Amino acid sequence: MFEAIAFYLFAFLTIAMFFITVTTSQALYALTALAAGMIFISAFFFILGADFLGAVQIIVYTGAVMALYAFGMMFFDTTREVKEKEGNKFIIVGLSTLAAVMVVAIFAAPIVSNNITALYPVIEGAGNTQTVGLVLFTKYLVPFEVAAVMLLVAMVAGIVLAGKKMDLSLTLMSAEDITAIEDEKNKKVLS
Amino acid sequence: MEIGLNHYLILSTILFAIGLVGVMRRKNLLLLFFATEILLNAVNIGFAAISHYYGDLTGQMFAFFVIAIAASELAVGLGLLIVWYKRHGTIDLDTMTSMRG
Repeated sequence: MFEAIAFYLFAFLTIAMFFITVTTSQALYALTALAAGMIFISAFFFILGADFLGAVQIIVYTGAVMALYAFGMMFFDTTREVKEKEGNKFIIVGLSTLAAVMVVAIFAAPIVSNNITALYPVIEGAGNTQTVGLVLFTKYLVPFEVAAVMLLVAMVAGIVLAGKKMDLSLTLMSAEDITAIEDEKNKKVLS
Repeated sequence: MEIGLNHYLILSTILFAIGLVGVMRRKNLLLLFFATEILLNAVNIGFAAISHYYGDLTGQMFAFFVIAIAASELAVGLGLLIVWYKRHGTIDLDTMTSMRG
């Protein structure tokens, strides 16, 4: 009973928050609604007994990803209203629903046909974090290390891309200054 | 009133549809990124639910890797967006027609 109440409450809240995220015309509202939706999603993980995943969801999404988005939004002009494509709304919603049903059908097909067996079953008498650690560092050690290397590469790429010429802003400079900089760069490339 | 696997899969479908609507109608690239985060999270709910109802930890492992990939994609994508905004002063999709596509 309690589980059902929690599920429906958080399902309603999550859907409402994500609906705001995709429909609002203010970027700041979209950011805050997305952060709230991420926290509500972690509630599902706690209900499902995946405690460690819920904690990771809160830490990574609302701690790191949202902070990075907020930091990135300082570079952009987010105060003006966002203009949207004026397409046929029914076609968009219909195609989206169809595609989503297809994706979930792909996930659900092996379950419906009932030939799924637990590859790494949950160990009795151990907490969720303990079992996750056991499986992650034995069966999934190589993907774990590859993910670590990928995160390092992403970090270096982010620093290199965003940290270039932090001291001058091309959008605030006049056109002549920008062309002068471009000419200088071209000269360097040619010589 | 027992909450089963189907409830979670239906919720996952609804959230995925919302994310896809966002991907299709957004023109601002930053808000397009928000929509992709919604897509990844919808799939994560499905993974965690299947992992719970079948007593198998593989779903949770995949959810972890999805989170890691989302974080790294975001770092690189935001860096590229900042470079584009510095150069062109806008992050609308309609301005990215330099290849005449």
